Amino acid sequence: MAAVTTTPRQKAGWGTANFVVIALAMIPVLWLASLSFKTPAAVLDPSLIPSQWTLGNYSQILKTSQFIRPLINSIGIGLIATLIAVLFASMAAYAVARLRFPGKGVLIGMSLLIAMFPAIALVTPMFNIERSLGLFNTWPGLIIPYVAFGLPLGIYTLSAFFREIPWELEKAAKVDGATPFQAFTKVIAPLAAPGMVTTAILVFMFCWNEFLFAISFTSTIASRTAPASIAYFSGSSQFTVPTGPIAAAAVVITIPIIIFVVFFQRRIVAGLTSGAVKG
Amino acid sequence: MAEIVLDNVTKRYPDGALAVDKFSMDIADGEFVILVGPSGCGKSTTLNMIAGLEDITEGELRIAGRVVNNKSPKDRDIAMVFQSYALYPHMTVRQNMGFALKLAKTPQATIDEKVNEAARILDLTQHLDRRPANLSGGQRQRVAMGRAIVRDPAVFLMDEPLSNLDAKLRVQTRTEVSRLQRRLGTTMVYVTHDQTEAMTLGDRLAVMRTGLLQQIGSPHELYESPLNLFVAGFIGSPAMNFMAGTLAEGSLQTAIGNLPLTPALRQALERANVGRQVIVGIRPENFEDASLVKPELRGHGVTFHATIEVVESMGSDVFVYFTQESGLSAGVDQLADLAEDSGKADTGASDETVTARLDAATQIREGENAELWADVRTMHVFDPKSGQNLSLETETGTPAAAAT
Repeated sequence: MAAVTTTPRQKAGWGTANFVVIALAMIPVLWLASLSFKTPAAVLDPSLIPSQWTLGNYSQILKTSQFIRPLINSIGIGLIATLIAVLFASMAAYAVARLRFPGKGVLIGMSLLIAMFPAIALVTPMFNIERSLGLFNTWPGLIIPYVAFGLPLGIYTLSAFFREIPWELEKAAKVDGATPFQAFTKVIAPLAAPGMVTTAILVFMFCWNEFLFAISFTSTIASRTAPASIAYFSGSSQFTVPTGPIAAAAVVITIPIIIFVVFFQRRIVAGLTSGAVKG
Repeated sequence: MAEIVLDNVTKRYPDGALAVDKFSMDIADGEFVILVGPSGCGKSTTLNMIAGLEDITEGELRIAGRVVNNKSPKDRDIAMVFQSYALYPHMTVRQNMGFALKLAKTPQATIDEKVNEAARILDLTQHLDRRPANLSGGQRQRVAMGRAIVRDPAVFLMDEPLSNLDAKLRVQTRTEVSRLQRRLGTTMVYVTHDQTEAMTLGDRLAVMRTGLLQQIGSPHELYESPLNLFVAGFIGSPAMNFMAGTLAEGSLQTAIGNLPLTPALRQALERANVGRQVIVGIRPENFEDASLVKPELRGHGVTFHATIEVVESMGSDVFVYFTQESGLSAGVDQLADLAEDSGKADTGASDETVTARLDAATQIREGENAELWADVRTMHVFDPKSGQNLSLETETGTPAAAAT
């Protein structure tokens, strides 16, 4: 890399390209943030920087259980679904990466099928199933489909990580006297930890952002998640659109994702570069 | 401390491929045995079967008198060093070495004691709290050995443990391995594809080719009396020279002249009834610059002229290369295997190049038509079809127990 030189023109070109991409990604976010700080009267004001800053929208949404309770639901459902999905995905991915067993191709094909299946096609049958099983409008009613959709994602990501781990490590563990389960928990899993964290973040983000199931399989704030609850916000009167509170809620539900990524980014990058065994 | 008995051990994969075919060998307690052969010959598979990492399809494996076919690796009392060392990257050197003991629920005080002892032997004491990623290749190799010796196992298994080291370190570590084995007195089975490593380390060598055991013997036995073409060509560096020969009236016509046959050899050849065509093998060290051969020795060999193409002076010896119409047909698969292993097929060197190792005092120059002498007392004669060494029968009267 030492010999690579860039001309000022190239620099300018790349700078412009970077700027355009970042602007495209960031403008809606900034606009949303700015909306959340505007007073209801200034919502239609086109300037990005609010003329009059207010925290009213935030205090409004954080005061009512209409948003707090769904936020708790989101965190709870997301964490439980992530935990279950990563646990099972790691075992399945280990099998996919390491073992030869009949039906392996079918398993991989099925998980890919689930990942690609249009969710909207499942809503009606699943709605009826959940109603007859008594899962409608409960936490398990959302956790189960989230695990089902998180698993393929997890199996794919994790099996790539497991494949990177030299097989000889497992043999060494066996010769050292480990049972297959011990070899997995004491040698393979710690080495795949960065992969598991990456997978956990991906699955959690999926659960956190999911809207279709969340709005279809819930009816009250007992199990409604945060994204779905925003749709039920009401304005101060029948004729006002609750733009400010919606923007504020959107900002609030973005924060955990940002924290997650910033906090674990170092770990993910470290996971991608470590693991060299041979010299 | 244990002896290992392999009784017709066979490995067949589900797709029908035969990796190891009826391998039988008795390894004595405290013996250092090397499994050697070109890649794909089944030596690593054999080692993995001893370790319990691969199932045995047929046959019986006994360690210390117990049949262990269906025992898992942890119940076999073995330790193994892998080619890639397979150190656990998330553990320190100390944890790596103590892992097996920890799994066996050994008291922490005992683990510390044994790890410290092993670290002292291997000169790793100051590295105990580092991770494998921060160690050099040689240090990692020693940690892998340390992990094996802390367990004080009945058997050590080593799968090409030196092949990831650079040449100089490899020679040094080779001596260390040898010293360690003598010191511990533990039975050791060692796999390598490097015949030099095999010759220098082992008490006994087992040469393998395409899943078949070719010959078992001490390095000296394999060098002096190879049972077949493959062993003859594999053991010894530089490799034995092969050329076609035709039997005619008490002598053997070859590209380097008519080689006289001793009566015993002639008898053996007649008894073998192989026809007139044979393959003659002469080791590079059995050639000499004719002007340096003492007159009383001359009669034991033949002199011939050859145009020297390349001269390589090693200081102690001089290697010269010349081409002779060897007349070998390409149909001998043992020779083809050897050529593949030595990389001849890739470098384009022809089978007809003969290597001779001469005394350092030789005055032979490149391009010269030099007079060379070949000692025929030590030459080997092989059956071109089966590859069997026909000249062996002259020495013992009966053919040595053929492993094939």
